[in-house]
Amino acid sequence: MTEKKIRVLVAKPGLDGHDRGAKVVARALRDAGMEVIYTGLRQTPEMIAEAALQEDVDVVGLSILSGAHMALAPKVLELLKTNQQEHVRVFIGGIIPDEDIQALKDMGVVGVYGPGTTTEEIIGDIRKAISGRLN
Amino acid sequence: MNLAASILEGNRLAIARLMTQVENDTVEGLAGLEAIFPHTGQAHLIGVTGAPGTGKSSLVNQLARCFRHPPPGKEPCRVGIIAVDPSSPFSGGAILGDRIRMRDLAGDPGVFIRSMATRGSLGGIAKATSGLIQILDAAGYQTIFIETVGAGQAEVDIARLAHTTLVVEAPGLGDDIQAIKAGILEIADILVLNKADRPGVESAETALRSALRLASSNETRSQHPEYIEGNQADDSTVTSNKVWSPPIIRTIAIDGNGIEVLAEKIEEHRCFLKESGEWKKREKLRLQSEVDALLQRTLMQQWRDKMSVMLYEKILSQVTNRKISTTNAVKLLMNGDNIQ
Repeated sequence: MTEKKIRVLVAKPGLDGHDRGAKVVARALRDAGMEVIYTGLRQTPEMIAEAALQEDVDVVGLSILSGAHMALAPKVLELLKTNQQEHVRVFIGGIIPDEDIQALKDMGVVGVYGPGTTTEEIIGDIRKAISGRLN
Repeated sequence: MNLAASILEGNRLAIARLMTQVENDTVEGLAGLEAIFPHTGQAHLIGVTGAPGTGKSSLVNQLARCFRHPPPGKEPCRVGIIAVDPSSPFSGGAILGDRIRMRDLAGDPGVFIRSMATRGSLGGIAKATSGLIQILDAAGYQTIFIETVGAGQAEVDIARLAHTTLVVEAPGLGDDIQAIKAGILEIADILVLNKADRPGVESAETALRSALRLASSNETRSQHPEYIEGNQADDSTVTSNKVWSPPIIRTIAIDGNGIEVLAEKIEEHRCFLKESGEWKKREKLRLQSEVDALLQRTLMQQWRDKMSVMLYEKILSQVTNRKISTTNAVKLLMNGDNIQ
């Protein structure tokens, strides 16, 4: 019996072209034993939801530095739902103003991470968020 | 949801879910594969292999586009893609990055892309790759690309799994060409010289051509080296004088140059396989090697279940102390149940 792997889609929706942070997180998740599907820059919410479906991931991590998070995040959440992928946990990393964090969480985003977050924190939160689904 | 039934209807969520079950080797996964198996065997399986950075993903992206939008008069076919990347031997994690090059295919419901990690398998593909192929096959994807891990020399498992094997090369790999000649070139049905706009393309092609000429002077060339062993003459029902000599196709995947020619060659190879009887032969060997691999794993598991861990450790420590040889250790272990 092979052990169940945590599968994570790391995606950059929208137009900003800076993906260093996303790559650092992807690498850290890999080192934590997760399988990370990295889709590259400038993804539409539709592309992200479709990739999440085909790859049957447990987690979607969105990296957003453009300020468009209040438009992009709900769209991704909605499309996941349309695809019967409600169980997929969504995390956001990037530049998110404090006042938006609660609003994002209310929409269903599990965690929001700004500059200075340690990768350990993200890894721990991911493990916790999907621990119920793994068994 | 009855996964197997939904897969036969082409339900994408069901396809993805069963794939996960198969990768995790669960009871549900095995049952699903069993249910869909009678519906497999329709698709043309195309393996794409080559050294890291030669442009395999970009090529698959372009080829898939070409099969989805063929020249007028041809029917577009549904395309499945399985892209394999390596798992870390230390953490077991993986970065699966082949989708980055395949963004042109996003939004096309006739394309299904799945990334998978090797999870410890060597040989360029994963243990569960053949299972994932079966799922796409049963779901009605007529053309399935299997992109291997960036492979250099001995990762030739793909040739057993696919009907048509593309080996992708690029100029500028220099002396690597020499090394590649020995192993991976021999499994090529079609050689792709990608990045053909780069300097050194002429000398790379010359090197490939001379390597191929050496190979084809050997009479068994047309038989596909992977399949020669012990299977050459036993199939007397199939007689064929046709010979396929692997062509070299230049491409520039990034802008689509040469892709149509390559797609035609792939189609030509499929026709060749069908007409020469080679298709049936490869199917048989393909399934045989799947059965063998499964048998091997099952036997190993059965043996492990019976084996006492203590005895195993004891014998192992005798080996590390150089008291008994590895060969002797295996002999003792095979008789394990007698010793207990």
